[in-house]
Amino acid sequence: MDIGIKQIEQVARLSRIKLTDEEKGFFREQLTDILSYVEKLNELDTDGVQPMAYATSLKNVFREDHQESSFPRQQILELSPSSANGFFKVPKVLE
Amino acid sequence: MILRELSANSIKEKIIKREITAQEVVEDLFKWIGLKESLIKAYISLDKEGALLKAKEIDEKLNNGGRVGLLAGIPVAIKDNICTWGMKTTCASKILENFTPPYDAFVVKRIKEEDAIIIGKTNLDEFAMGSSNENSAFHVTRNPWNTDCIPGGSGGGSAAAVTADMAFMALGSDTGGSVRQPSSFCGNVGCKPTYGRVSRYGLVAFASSLDQIGSITKDVSDAALLLQVVSGHDCHDSTSANVEVPDYIAGINSVNNNLRIGVPKEFFGEGLNPEIESAVKNALGIYKKNGAELIDLSLPHCGYALATYYIIATAEASSNLARYDGVRYGHRSQLSEDNIIDMYSRVRAEGFGSEVKRRVLLGNYVLSAGFYDAYYIKASKVRNLIKSDFEDAFSKVDCIISPTCPSPAFKIGEKITDPLEMYLSDIYTIPANLVGIPGISIPCGFTTTGLPIGMQLMGKHFEEEKILRIAKLFENETDFHLKKPGLK
Repeated sequence: MDIGIKQIEQVARLSRIKLTDEEKGFFREQLTDILSYVEKLNELDTDGVQPMAYATSLKNVFREDHQESSFPRQQILELSPSSANGFFKVPKVLE
Repeated sequence: MILRELSANSIKEKIIKREITAQEVVEDLFKWIGLKESLIKAYISLDKEGALLKAKEIDEKLNNGGRVGLLAGIPVAIKDNICTWGMKTTCASKILENFTPPYDAFVVKRIKEEDAIIIGKTNLDEFAMGSSNENSAFHVTRNPWNTDCIPGGSGGGSAAAVTADMAFMALGSDTGGSVRQPSSFCGNVGCKPTYGRVSRYGLVAFASSLDQIGSITKDVSDAALLLQVVSGHDCHDSTSANVEVPDYIAGINSVNNNLRIGVPKEFFGEGLNPEIESAVKNALGIYKKNGAELIDLSLPHCGYALATYYIIATAEASSNLARYDGVRYGHRSQLSEDNIIDMYSRVRAEGFGSEVKRRVLLGNYVLSAGFYDAYYIKASKVRNLIKSDFEDAFSKVDCIISPTCPSPAFKIGEKITDPLEMYLSDIYTIPANLVGIPGISIPCGFTTTGLPIGMQLMGKHFEEEKILRIAKLFENETDFHLKKPGLK
């Protein structure tokens, strides 16, 4: 199991994390180590075993369909690092 | 008698009997915190003013003959990844350094309703990712038993606060052992309930299929008390279990008849510190002397639990932590941004520490096209095999006993450069999270160097009462839980 710099850059892009060259180097090594370790799962034959996503058997939990009040807009906007005119403010999304 | 050294149940009794006021308890505690916190660094934030206000309210209620709650006057510490209305909740991350939640987590609401006094928010590994507290963006908490050592993680702040008598009880969260492992390293009782037993509403999500809120306390009776308050169904958490909550407080003193204790050989193998092995074997001897039957058993897939965990937990974390984008709350980069993708990437580069980045990268890697089946689905299948191991075991025994950790608290800096080595300290606690069963760590001895040793009891889903009772039996026979580190 060996991860290349290109793969680290690809997964950093997917993760929306800007990495320095130094970080790319050590994350490449550490992820290679961890992924080599988890390869041990391949020792097990899991054909026919159902994947388990949750430890409970709950499925599709619904609540009553009634209105509840939400947080006041101003209170939520105050948490934002940048807002204007009642909106969250972000850099340009469309060219 | 030193007030701060009393158990939560005892201090509550004194307050209710008016032998002492809640305000005196809070004043006394903050005086001690003022003396020792600079050494231990258990807290990220403290709220003396709020605590005194609440104490005054309780004292007045009692003076007027009013009814008080189950946690009346008990000073409680809360791990800083559990939302507290009007009180900063940072997750020990720069990305949430200035985040003040507009609401209380379910557990916080419950303890407030029962008249607990919240005194502060405790340190953790950033976003609860870590086993030593060294991944906190702010500072490293020290183990009160030996301040050169880590207190464990991720709930090291909560565990150190309780051990150093800087809180009477604490709330934590346990995704792979973050309540039990630090409790073991600091000599506390740490209980992770069944998945779904306690609402996760307001707990900042790390790995949603594994996360569970738990208690860190001075003894088993205190654990029963805190769990009694925080357990139960909550419509704001769709995975919260609609299962009746038994009376834990009364239940722990029931008699244990025909007790069958499982001893899994996989938890006593290679890598286990011999002093820990001998302390746990000794403890098993005490159970046997008290009429329990010890049954050797095997959980053959537990050797794969750590690998399974690091795929599932990181996969879930990479999705959960996608919400930190610098738009709605949290850190925003001061650098100018050309477009929104650059902004996200810079916010996350500046706001997340190394361990969080490592896990988000790993999670996105195992979920990415071409790898999803090989890693995530494979791990989810092995998770099912591990669950079957436990189902088989619990058809023969009432509870399973193991060491909580393979080694005692290690030195600060000792494992920080090797993530895999660090991950191994959670090897015995992770299976309970994968399977969703309750687990409790209780003190069962000390190493020759004076560090606490913890023993883990695991039970069937929703059988917290039974494992608390079995833990209480041991506590009645021993005094490890009463030992104090020399912080005089």
